[in-house]
Amino acid sequence: MSHKINAHNVNVFYGEKQAIRNVSIDVDQEDVTAFIGPSGCGKSTFLRTLNRMNDTVASARVEGDIRLDGEDIYSKDMDVVQLRARVGMVFQKPNPFPKSIYENVAYGPRIHGLASGKAELDTIVEQSLTRAGLWSEVKDRLSDSGTALSGGQQQRLCIARAIAVDPEVILMDEPCSALDPIATARIEELIHDLRGRYAIVIVTHNMQQAARVSQKTAFFHLGELVEYGDTNDIFTNPREQRTTDYITGRYG
Amino acid sequence: MRRRIARRYAAERRFRWLGLGAIVLSAAFLFFLIITMVMQGAAGFLETRVQLPIDFRAAELNVTPEQLRGDRGDLALAGAGLEGVVDAAAGAAFPTAGGAELLSDGAWLRVRNAVKANPALLRQQVVIDVPVNSDVDMAFKRAGTPAAERIVSAMGDRLSSGLNHDFFGGADSSDPTRVGIWGALKGSLLTMLVTLLIAFPVGVLSALYLEEYAPRNRWTDLIEVSINNLAAVPSIIFGLLGLAVFLNTFGLPRSAPIVGGLTLALMTMPVIVIAGRNAIKAVPPSIRDAALGVGASPVQVVFHHVLPLALPGILTGTIIGMARALGETAPLLMIGMRAFIAAPPEGLTDPATVLPVQIFLWSDEVARGFVEKTSAAIIVLLVFLLAMNGLAIYLRNRFETRW
Amino acid sequence: MSVGALFFVVIVLGLIGWFVGRARAIALRSSRTGRFSALPGHHGWFVALWTTLPPLLFLAIWFFVSPAMVTDAVIATPQAASLPPTGFERSAILSEARNLARGEAFGAFHDLSEVLAPAYAAAQRRFDWIATALAAILAFAGFAFSYLRVRPQFGARTAVERIVMLLLLGASLIAILTTFGIVASLLFESARFFSIVPLIDFLFGTHWSPQVIDPRDPGANLGAVPLFWGTFFIGAVIAMLVAIPFGLMSAIYLTQYAKLSTRRWIKPLLEVLAGVPTVVYGYFAALTVAPAVRDFAVMIGIRWASSESALAAGLVMGVMIIPFVSSIADDSLAAVPSSMRDGSLAMGATPSETIRKVLVPAALPGIVGGVLLAVSRAIGETMIVVMAASGVATLTLNPFASTTTVTKQIVDLLTGEAEFDSAKTLAAFALGLTLFVITLLLNIVALIVVKRYREAYD
Repeated sequence: MSHKINAHNVNVFYGEKQAIRNVSIDVDQEDVTAFIGPSGCGKSTFLRTLNRMNDTVASARVEGDIRLDGEDIYSKDMDVVQLRARVGMVFQKPNPFPKSIYENVAYGPRIHGLASGKAELDTIVEQSLTRAGLWSEVKDRLSDSGTALSGGQQQRLCIARAIAVDPEVILMDEPCSALDPIATARIEELIHDLRGRYAIVIVTHNMQQAARVSQKTAFFHLGELVEYGDTNDIFTNPREQRTTDYITGRYG
Repeated sequence: MRRRIARRYAAERRFRWLGLGAIVLSAAFLFFLIITMVMQGAAGFLETRVQLPIDFRAAELNVTPEQLRGDRGDLALAGAGLEGVVDAAAGAAFPTAGGAELLSDGAWLRVRNAVKANPALLRQQVVIDVPVNSDVDMAFKRAGTPAAERIVSAMGDRLSSGLNHDFFGGADSSDPTRVGIWGALKGSLLTMLVTLLIAFPVGVLSALYLEEYAPRNRWTDLIEVSINNLAAVPSIIFGLLGLAVFLNTFGLPRSAPIVGGLTLALMTMPVIVIAGRNAIKAVPPSIRDAALGVGASPVQVVFHHVLPLALPGILTGTIIGMARALGETAPLLMIGMRAFIAAPPEGLTDPATVLPVQIFLWSDEVARGFVEKTSAAIIVLLVFLLAMNGLAIYLRNRFETRW
Repeated sequence: MSVGALFFVVIVLGLIGWFVGRARAIALRSSRTGRFSALPGHHGWFVALWTTLPPLLFLAIWFFVSPAMVTDAVIATPQAASLPPTGFERSAILSEARNLARGEAFGAFHDLSEVLAPAYAAAQRRFDWIATALAAILAFAGFAFSYLRVRPQFGARTAVERIVMLLLLGASLIAILTTFGIVASLLFESARFFSIVPLIDFLFGTHWSPQVIDPRDPGANLGAVPLFWGTFFIGAVIAMLVAIPFGLMSAIYLTQYAKLSTRRWIKPLLEVLAGVPTVVYGYFAALTVAPAVRDFAVMIGIRWASSESALAAGLVMGVMIIPFVSSIADDSLAAVPSSMRDGSLAMGATPSETIRKVLVPAALPGIVGGVLLAVSRAIGETMIVVMAASGVATLTLNPFASTTTVTKQIVDLLTGEAEFDSAKTLAAFALGLTLFVITLLLNIVALIVVKRYREAYD
C-alpha cells in the first residue's frame, strides 16, 4: 500500500551543524503520527521539512528525498505555495492574525481562490470552524479580533485556518505546549475527530499525549530516528534501549 | 563614621540636583526660545491702519461704477490712476505726518479692493482703513524711531490695529508691511509633496527588501552601510549633490520645488528606511509563519500581513522624517531656493522658496520691520512642526504593539 | 504632452490593463476546472505592471535627461551661433530663453534670449512628441506581450512576484546610487579644484580669504586650516562643553531618579527641543545670544569682543545637541545589566556613587560613541553658524573672537552669483568633500565603538 508521505534518507543542516541524520519515515493517510523525543532532538526540524517551512531559514539545507503522494516536494517543479496549501501547519504558540475571526479563516481560501463568491467563502468559514469545534463558541462574534480569544480557542482557530484551505496533511508542532489541561483535552479530542479526513503528524514533548492521540510514534534522539512503529509497541515493548530509557523517564 | 555618611548623603543630594538642574535648564532654554519668538512674532500677525478720508467725487478718476460692474472691471480700474488719488488723499489728510509717505506701499491696494467690492463708493466721500508704513507700524506697536513716535502721538486715535490678512495670503516683498508667508508656505507644501511621493515608497520598499528578502551577501552589506551613512551625512552635502547632479548635470530648473523635493527626498529616505526596518522587525515572526503555513507566498506574507502591521511605525518614522525635511534650510540654499520670489509658485517647476529659507532671508534684512515678521514666520513653522510631531507621538501611542 | 500628463495617462492605461487581464483570465478559466497556480487578479496585475512599468521607467529617465537634450538641440541651431562660449552669461541667456519659451517670463534682459525662445519652444515640442511616441510604444508593447501570456496554466503570481522583487531591489539600490552620486560629484568637482589649487596649499595653508583670489597663485588665499580650526572649535569644543554635561546629567536623572510619570512628559519635551529647526536656533543665536555674549564680554573687560563670536554659535549648537547626547546616553545606561547596579547598591553604595563608579564607567563606550556621533552632527550643522558665526577666518583660541566654519564657507561660496567653474565655487566642493570624509570617519568609528559595546552586554 502506498503511503501519504515517504521520507527517505533525509539530512538537514543548519550551516555546518547537522540537525537531522539519515531519517527515513513513511506516514499513512489514516493515521495520527506522533514525533516524540527530548527537546533539541530534531523532531520539529524534521516536521518543518515536510512542508518546506525550513526554506524560510536562510542557513538551512535539506538533503534526501521526501515525497507527497509520490511527488518529490523538493523538486524544482514543486510550487512551495501549493505544497503548503496541501500540507497545512499548526504552530507551537497559537498565532492568529491580528484580524477578525472570519478573516483569519477566510484568508487561506481567498489567496488560493477556493471560493468564487462571498456565499461560498461563508460556507468554507463555517465548515472549517465547525470542524475545528469552534463554531458554536464564535458564531456570534465572527468580526471580533482573533487575538481576543482564549489560548485554547486561538489554537482551534489556527486549526480551522489550516483546514480552510482543504489540506491533505496537517502538521502540528507541539500544539498544546502553551495551553492549560482543559484546552489541551479539547485539542486532543479534535485531533481524534479529524483523524481519517486528514493525515496528521503531531510533534509533542508529552509522551502521554502521544500515547493518547496517535497510532504511530517516532522517537527522535540527537537528530536521529531511533525507533518508529505502532504507538502501542513503542510504549509497551520498545526495541531500543534509548527508547526505553526515554519513556521511563531516565532523561528528557 | 556618622559624619562620613552625612557627607555621602550630601554628595548624593548634590548629584541629584545637578541632574534635575540639567533638565530644568534645557527646558528653560526651550521655553525662553519659544516665549521670545511668541513675544516678538505676535505683533507680526498685526498691522497698523490709519483712517484715510478719500473724496472720490473730487478725485479725477477716469472710471465709472458702471464700468467696474462689467467683466472688464479690473482693466478699467487698473488704468484709472487710483494710486495717485490715494497719494493725494494722504497728502491732504496728513500734511504734517509725511503725506503719502505715511502709508504702506500696499495701501492703495486696499482702496482698490474696497472699490471693487462696492463700485458705488466712487460717487461718495468715504473713510477707508489702510496700512501705514513700517516705521509708524513699529512705533505704534512698541518702540520706534523718535520721528515715528512723534507721528504716532500726533495721529492719536486715527490709528488702529488689526489682523494682517495679507501676511497669510502674500509672498515676499521688500516692504515689511506687505510681506506674506503664503508664497513660502506653498513652496514648502509643494516641496514636501515631491519629497513624500519619492521618499515614502522608495523608503518603505527598501526597508521591506532589506528586512524580509535580502540575502546576506556583500551587496546587501553595501546597501546597509550606504543607508546608515546617508542618515548621518550633513544635510548641506545633499545640497551639494543637488547642485552638482540635478542642476548642473541634468539641467533641471533652479529654485524649483521639484529639485528641492528630490534633494530632500534623498535626505529623508534613509530616515524612513531605518524607522521602517525597526517597525518591520517588531512584527512577530509567528505572523509570518502563520501566513506561510496556509500557503501564502513570501510577497503575499509581506503585503497582506507584515506591511499593514508595521504601517503605524513606518508612518511615525515618515512623519518625523518629513518634519525634519520641512525644517531643513541648508541644502535648499545650495540649489538656489534663496532667490527673492514675489509670487507664490504655481507648479513644481516654478521658482519658489520654502518657509525656513524665507525665515533665513527675512532674518538677514536690515529693515527693523522684518524682525517681527521673521518671528511670526517662525511661529507658523513651529506650529506645523509641533502638529506633525504631535501626530507622530499620537500614532506611536495609539498603535503601540498589541501582541 | 508633458512628462506629468504622460505619467497619468500611463497610470490610467495600467488600470485598464488590470481589468482586461483579469477579465481574460476569468473567461479562460470558466471553461476548465481544477486548481490554478494564480488567481484572475494576479493576471490583472501582470498585465497592469507590464503596461505601466516600461513607460514609467522611460519617463523617469526622460525627466532627468531631456532638459539637457533640449538645450543641446537649441545650441545646435544657427541662432545660437552667437552665444558666448562658456560661463555664467551663456547659462543665463539659455535659462532666460527657456523661461520665455515656457511662458514663465515675459521680457528678457538679453536680446539673444528673445531670439532663442522660439527655437527653445520648437525643440521642447519636438522632444515632447518623441517622449509621447516612445511611451506609447512601450506601453502598447508591454500590454501586448503580457496580454498574450494570460493563459490558465500561466504562473502569473510567480511572474508578478518576480517583478515586485525587482522593484524592491531597485528601491534599495537608490541608497547606493545616492551615496555614489555624493561621492562622485564631490570627487569630480574637487578634482577640478585641485587642478587649480595645490592640495597642500588647501589642506595646510593658514590664510583664507576667497573674495580676492590671485589667478597666479590661487592657493595663497585658499588655505583651509582656519576653517578646520573654527569648525573644530565651535562644533567639537564649545558645543560639546555644553552638550555633554547637560545631556549626560539629564539622561542620568531621567533613567535613575525620575519617576515614570515625570519621565513620560520630559522625554517628549526633549524631543521637541530636538525637533526645532536649525534656522530657528540660528535666528535665536544671532538675535538674542550673540549680543548677550558680546555684552557679557564687554562687561568682563574684553573690549574687542565680536558680535559674531564663536561662543554664541557654539553655545546654541550645544543646546541643539543636548537631546541627541541625552538619548544616546539614555540607551547606553539602559543597556548596562541591572545586576551590576544591584551589586553596587547591595554593598551599601549610594545611588550617585553607583552611577559614577559603576554605571557610567560600564556605559562609557556607548556614551563615547554617542558623543562622536554628536560631534559629527555638530560640525556638519550649517544654519546656526551661517546666521550667528562670522565669515572672517581667524585662527584663535579666544571664544569671544569671530571664527568661521567649513559649512558657513560652503554657503557663502555658493550663494554669490559667481561662475560655476571658478576656483571659488569649486572650493566649496573641496570643503564639502573634506566635511563628508570627516563625518564619515567619525560615524564609522562611533558605530564600531557602539557595536562592540552592545555585543559586550548582549
